Amino acid sequence: MLAKRIIPCLDVMNGAVVKGVRFAGHEIVGDIVELAKRYGADGADELVFYDITASPQGRRVEAKWVERVARELDIPFTVAGGIRSVEDAAAILRAGADKISINSPALQNPDLIDVLAAQFGSQCIVAGIDSFWDGAEWQVKALTGDPDKMQTTKWRTKDWLVEVQKRGAGEVVLNCMNEDGRRAGYDCVQLSAMRALCTVPLIASGGAGKAQDFAEVFAKTNVDGALAASVFHKNILSIGALKMELCAQNIEIRL
Amino acid sequence: MALGAKLMIADTGCCNLASVRFAFARLGVEALVSADPQVLQKAERLVLPGVGAAAAGMVALKAAGMEAMLTSFERPLLGICLGMQLLFKMSMETKTQCLGLIDGNVEALSAAAGPVPHMGWNTLEFTEGRPGHDPLLRGIEDGAYVYFLHSFAAKVSAATIAKTDYGMPFSAIVRQDNITGCQFHPERSGAVGAQVLQNFVEVAP
Repeated sequence: MLAKRIIPCLDVMNGAVVKGVRFAGHEIVGDIVELAKRYGADGADELVFYDITASPQGRRVEAKWVERVARELDIPFTVAGGIRSVEDAAAILRAGADKISINSPALQNPDLIDVLAAQFGSQCIVAGIDSFWDGAEWQVKALTGDPDKMQTTKWRTKDWLVEVQKRGAGEVVLNCMNEDGRRAGYDCVQLSAMRALCTVPLIASGGAGKAQDFAEVFAKTNVDGALAASVFHKNILSIGALKMELCAQNIEIRL
Repeated sequence: MALGAKLMIADTGCCNLASVRFAFARLGVEALVSADPQVLQKAERLVLPGVGAAAAGMVALKAAGMEAMLTSFERPLLGICLGMQLLFKMSMETKTQCLGLIDGNVEALSAAAGPVPHMGWNTLEFTEGRPGHDPLLRGIEDGAYVYFLHSFAAKVSAATIAKTDYGMPFSAIVRQDNITGCQFHPERSGAVGAQVLQNFVEVAP
């Protein structure tokens, strides 16, 4: 059976892994390759690296550290951050990344998804969506890596989710911004609503604080994977212990 | 190292080439990457990686002049993911004629099974009677998890030595004589994947 994926997310800023609360006030948590290897050894099913400074600063993620990770890591990993063209994507994929994730550049130029999917195949094109509940709607935000540059887009999350799939995205990571960094549980209401509209793999992001949060998001929303950052970086929860707990609750997990 | 020195990876410009090379490097085996069929045909063991669409994959193989080299290759050949799919007669992905080294066609996974692409860690189920005889599975347990990332797959056939279920069973590993193929990514399948690659280098016939 296909296992549910546990995915540590490493936010990368100026070549180091950082973590902020609600996307602001970042602190350095460690070296990229060191952390990648540690998570691989601990049982992570996949890793995501977000170069959170790349999009707001208008530059692409650097291929050099991507290759360092690819040399050392024996599990899949996704790279995100400022990928704007076929050339950008090709450089990252050639360096050894398994998937690329696009977020702000796709909002600026939705055709980018079509072009990348045609060139590299849908299976390696992930759409990252930053979704914010504004009191009335789930709304898509752009350039969330820098609070000063963040924008509210014209897209409702539901509509953009359908649009990115139509254009060829092979996976969606839905970051529920209201929960991000709070460690108070995933947004199961939003994730359930989006799951119903998503025929490609859907990854939950934002809000993980304890093992039960993962158990709950898998049981209630049928997402394919759960992404988390600070809960792992700050050693609040080990991946090994988390996976044992999920197994005990009869959730399909790779041990 | 003596064996590894003769390991080559066919460079068709596809994207998991670096990952495959790095995975062998982690085993202490330096593979030679080449796009030249004259060079590749001398390989003691040859890997055909691949991600992306079948039609583009075949176009790339033909443009590099590799088709005849691959169809006449007599030593161990391992196709990975799209590289495996290209070993079959035809891919129903835009009805692409492939290399025809293994009987059967590659078909679309059914969306009824769950999200497509089939992405993530799924289990190998050994074909009865085959694993005991197949060196590629040395040291690997029935039910081991490996990493998949694909939307098309070959049906279970006489060549299947391990299958995986995703709505329907499909071929996870195939072998026909010297030709083997993995639908999953051994280069990204942790210790199990590393064992598959080690087996290919050391004991694959």
